[in-house]
Parts: sequence; structure tokens; C-alpha cells
Amino acid sequence: MANIASTSASAGSDLTARALREAVFAGLISLGLFVLFVGLKTDQNIRNELVLNQRWGLLAIFVIVAAVGRFLMVAYIQPAMARRKAAKAEAEDVVKEETFFKRNFSKIAIAALILYPPVIVALVGVQGSLKWVDNFGVQILIYVMLAWGLNIVVGLAGLLDLGYVAFYAVGAYSYALLSTYFGLSFWILLPVAGILAAFWGMILGFPVLRLRGDYLAIVTLAFGEIIRLVLINWTEVTKGTFGVSGIAKATLFGIKFDASKDGFAALMGLPMSSAYYKIFLFYLILALALLTAYVTIRLRRMPIGRAWEALREDEIACRSLGINTVTTKLTAFATGAMFGGIAGSFFAVRQGFVSPESFVFLESAVILAIVVLGGMGSLTGIAIAAVAMIGGTEILRELSFLKAVFGPDFTPELYRMLIFGLAMVVVMVWKPRGFVGSREPTAFLRERKAISGSFTKEGHG
Amino acid sequence: MALETTTMKKDPILSVEHLSMRFGGLMAINDFSFEAYRGDITALIGPNGAGKTTVFNCITGFYKPTMGMITMKQKSGKEYLLERLPDFEITKHAKVARTFQNIRMFSGLTVLENLLVAQHNKLMQASGYTFLGLLGFPAYKQASKESIELARHWLEKASLVDRADDPAGDLPYGAQRRLEIARAMCTGPELLCLDEPAAGLNPRESLALNELLRGIRAETGTSILLIEHDMSVVMEISDHVVVLEYGQKISDGNPDFVKNDPRVIAAYLGVEDEEVEEVIEQIEEIEGGQGGSKK
Repeated sequence: MANIASTSASAGSDLTARALREAVFAGLISLGLFVLFVGLKTDQNIRNELVLNQRWGLLAIFVIVAAVGRFLMVAYIQPAMARRKAAKAEAEDVVKEETFFKRNFSKIAIAALILYPPVIVALVGVQGSLKWVDNFGVQILIYVMLAWGLNIVVGLAGLLDLGYVAFYAVGAYSYALLSTYFGLSFWILLPVAGILAAFWGMILGFPVLRLRGDYLAIVTLAFGEIIRLVLINWTEVTKGTFGVSGIAKATLFGIKFDASKDGFAALMGLPMSSAYYKIFLFYLILALALLTAYVTIRLRRMPIGRAWEALREDEIACRSLGINTVTTKLTAFATGAMFGGIAGSFFAVRQGFVSPESFVFLESAVILAIVVLGGMGSLTGIAIAAVAMIGGTEILRELSFLKAVFGPDFTPELYRMLIFGLAMVVVMVWKPRGFVGSREPTAFLRERKAISGSFTKEGHG
Repeated sequence: MALETTTMKKDPILSVEHLSMRFGGLMAINDFSFEAYRGDITALIGPNGAGKTTVFNCITGFYKPTMGMITMKQKSGKEYLLERLPDFEITKHAKVARTFQNIRMFSGLTVLENLLVAQHNKLMQASGYTFLGLLGFPAYKQASKESIELARHWLEKASLVDRADDPAGDLPYGAQRRLEIARAMCTGPELLCLDEPAAGLNPRESLALNELLRGIRAETGTSILLIEHDMSVVMEISDHVVVLEYGQKISDGNPDFVKNDPRVIAAYLGVEDEEVEEVIEQIEEIEGGQGGSKK
């Protein structure tokens, strides 16, 4: 016993001695490095003479930080990390009791989303809620729905689709054109837009059935551009780059959201505000996104969903098991496109205006980035990724206080894409399989175990 | 010759007639005919590059043969011309299932899910092509339960039931081989085609494989056609051996007959220059004998 105690004590003093030695060494190196950079500074004085400023205090701070930092690193942080790693390796055998929050994450998230508009209205008032409900809430939820739709094609079936925004455009224009030319209501056109987009998904699906991987990506990219160019150039119908404006708003069981006598505000006895319409739209897109999630979850447990995932894993094995890969691919394209189309018609009714500029390739890239960042196939991961990416870029608009730090010339908006790209690189290095890299099995015999991302394939077309 | 008369009585499940497959200038299979009999384990053997896997790919529709006819006769008497069917319909309608030389698992799906994917067509029908199942009709729930039971049955046969909820990619090699066979059996085939099922298995595992294959035949009456290099497996379990060399059949009969066929020995071991004459003589003798018996 005494022996063990003495060895551990000597190990402790050894560690401190080593840490001190390394700290002195780090201090010396930083002294050598910074003595000319920091310790001495050349300046011009008012007579244009070069003067040497000595900054020994600053140099001392640099050296002390380096030495103390090294000491702490060697003496405390490294042993602590090693201990944690060992503890983790030991704990792996023990069944981890998931926290209440983790187990019920989706339920809590849905409840929070339902409570979001009233809480915001209570906090910042009806007019102040406009920005938070519309710019953040609705905007993020649209992307959540789009990414969940694309997830069926890319995450489940493993078909890399770079032209997903085409179906979004089909949905948006279906609603915009059919409502302005034929005066059909939003509630009829919502499923119609979905069906039309699904139809276009099949049309895209046919020529690309034989393609895989890079080739499939290029053709879908081209398809997205074709749709956009048709929208620009078919001016008699789509009004080209001017876009379709004055698109009818959605109604709630026939109640309009306007200032008229039988409008929503008047009926409810509330002061007129456009915020009510936005809150209505928030709940609408929330319902549509949840519908997408529900259908995806259900489909994964159906033979077709399993066939999609099997297709991602190995197409030849699928065929050898009697699965018609042609119809399986087409249904994946069509189902994904349908949700894209429904989201598109919602987009049209929310904006009241659609133009081809909303459906550029960057949109496809952002949606795909959300799917990849979230973890292909995982609904929760994708939702988190959408909040991080879309919410993050919206937040960057708000960072005017950074002007105080970087000077008045600094405009955070200009750095949005830079920060965005940097953040993506960091996340992908940190979590190469996305936020949620594991896969939930769709059936189990004894216990449901998450499957590590290292086994699942990304698909190859 | 007694053997030949017994095989004559047997009912062929698969007959391959005058099969030829040409890849550009290469004649991979040249006028190859054989029959596999119902309830038999038929082995297709031959040296490397003899065209065994090509024959398999023609039977299972992954290649379209240049010439020839492949007839699958089901228990019900229904006949399918396999060279005319697309690959997935061969499994779906003609009930011919296959495995692959290099294992093709759905490695990211669990072992159980692998077996459920194999029951796709049955479940698809039960779920009313997804629509009724999506609406929660009970027919799908029932079928889903039954499919899990069938999967459990085959997992028990393949002694994989303990690993049912693990990802298939996590299984050791031998277990993946067994899983691939179990998965093929879940499609409910009448003819099971196995492409080198014992490749890479240790002696204990190949013994277990023999047991599994015998169990499959005894229980379901499924006929088995296999390509194999491992002679301990071939000679042990097969009832009928067909030998292929350079795309042509050189021998066909029961294992003992094939084992002692000079042409087979020559194909596998090669012949010394001075023995060539002798071997040719032997072959001619046999061929003369066969010709006589046929008349």
C-alpha cells in the first residue's frame, strides 16, 4: 500500500517538475520569438524621425502567458484529459442512461416551436414579433422542410441531387400561376403543387436512372438550371425576370388576413397587424414540416423506405433480392420532389411574389449543405443544421455591435458567407458524419441500437 | 451407368441449353448446356477464369447471354425463360435467388433489416404499395409481424439471432456469408444460386456452412446451385457436379465420377507432355462409352 502511495506521490512530483521545466522552456522560446516583435516597436514621431519604443511590460505578459499556459497544460489539462478518456473507455460497456432531455428531444422541440409565437409576442409585442416569427421562424422552417424533403432523396436513397431547388420552383410557380390565372385557392393548390412537383421529379428521374454519383449530380444540376431558364424565358406565362407578383394570400377557413371588416383582426377584435398573418404562416409551415417528418418516419418503416436505404447501401444486392430499382428510385425522386413542391407553394404564398432569382443554384447548395451537415438520414440532425445555418446567417445581419470592435467600416453582412463557409469546414472536421451521424434502425428483435455512421454508406447514385 | 438412369428420371428445375456469352472477342462461355435437378445440390466447378460466375450472371439476369436458353421450371409447373427476364424479376417471379462472390451486404442496415429488405415484394403487396400501410391498415401490421418471424427463423438457422440488431457490416466474414444466404432464403426461392459460399471460411465455418445448406434443402426443398473452389465442400454436399473449363463443359455427373474423370484431373492439375497421348485415349474411350450408352 505504502509502495503504491509513494509511487503515485513521486509521479505527482515528477509531473510538476516536468511541467515547470517545460514552462521555463516555453517562456524562453516565447521570449526569443517576441523580443523583437513585441518588446521593441519602431514608430515615427512628429518630426518624421524613427524612434524605438520599448515595451518590456507587454513582452513580459506574452512570456508569462506562454509559460503559465504550458505549465497548466502539462500539469493539469493533459492528465485530466487522459483520465477522462480512460473513464470514457471504461464507461462504454455500461449502458448509458439517456437524460430526459435527450430522450424526449423531439417532443420538447415541437412544444417549444408551438409556444414560440405567443412567447415572442409576449416578449417584444405584436409589431416587434414580425422579425422573429417571419425572418427566423418561418424562414428556418421552410429550409427544415426542404432539407427533410431532400433527405429522402440524398440521405435515404443515396441519390445525389444538386437541382432540388427546381422542385421548389415548380411548387412556387404552380401556386403563383394557377392562383393568378384561375383564381384557385391556396388549400386546393397546396396538394396540386405537390403532385406537379412529384410529376417533375419523375420526369427528372427517368433520364438519370442509369447514372451514378458524379454523373447524376451533374445532370440534376443541369435540370435545376433548365427549370430556372424556362422560368426566365417563357415570358408570356411566367413574366420572365419580372416575376409573378400580387399572389393571393392564404385564408384560414375563408377568413382573410386583411384590414377588411370580416378580416381576422376585426373578427377577433384585435388591432390590425400583419403579424397575425405571419404567425398563421408560422403554424402552417410548422404543420407542413411536421407532416414531412411524419411521412418520412412512417415511410422508413415501410418496405419502400427500407428499399431506399438498401439502394443507398448496395444497388446490385437490391436487384438480386427482387427489388425493382427503377420504381424505387423514381418514388424517392417523386416523394422528395413532392415535399419540395409543397414548400415552394408555401414560399409563394408567404412572399406574395415569385421570380426566378429565388431559385438559383446556391439555394440547392444550401439545402444540400444542411442535409450533409445535419447527418444524412437524421431528421433531428437536419433540423439542428437548418437552425444553425439559416438562423446563423440571419443572426449575422444583427451583429452591428461588431462595428465597435472592428471599426465603423466593418459590415458583418459581407462576412456572412465567409463565416458560413468556415463554420461548415469546422463542423465537418469535428463531425465528419454531420451532427447526428448514427442511424436509427427501423425494426429490431431485442433492442434498438443506433448504428454508427462508419457502417452506413453515402450512396453512389 | 446406373447413376445416369437415376438422374434421367429426375425432374430438372433449371435447364441451360446452348448457352454462349461473348464479351467483344472473348468467348467466355461456348455452347454450354447442363441441367440442375429439383431438390439436388448441384455444384459448378472449374479452374479460375473458366466462366462459372458468367454462367451465374446469365442465369440471374445480370448478363444477357449472346445465345442460348435458360429455362426455370417451378414446382407449380410454371416455366420461365430467364434470359428474357430483367434481373429483379428473376428473383421476384421465377424464384431464383443468388449470393455474390464478394459479399454484398447492406452494411449500414441491421442484420434483421437486411432480411426484411429481402421480403420487399411480399411486404409491398401487403402494404397496398405503401399507401394502405401509410394509412395504418392492419394488413400491413400483420404482414410486418410475419416478416419479422420469418427473419427470426432464418437467423436461427444461420445462428445469427444474437447479432440481429447489430449492423451487418459489423459481423465477421463468416457470419456475413451466412447472413447473405439467409437473406437470399428470405425471398422464398425455389432455386438458390451461391457464388463461392465457402470462399475465405475456415474449416470450422465451412463445416457450419455445409450444415446450413443441408438444412435448407431438407427443410424447404430448395434446390441449390453453387460455384465452389473448396473441394471439401463440393464433394461433401453436392449430388451433382458440372465442370467448366474455358467456357465449355468438360464433365458432368456425380462427385465420384467427376473426381476420377481424367479430363477434370487434366484441367486442374495439368498433364505431363508424355502423358498427353494417354489422356486423350482415355477421354476417347469414355466418350465412346457414353455415346454407346446414349444409343
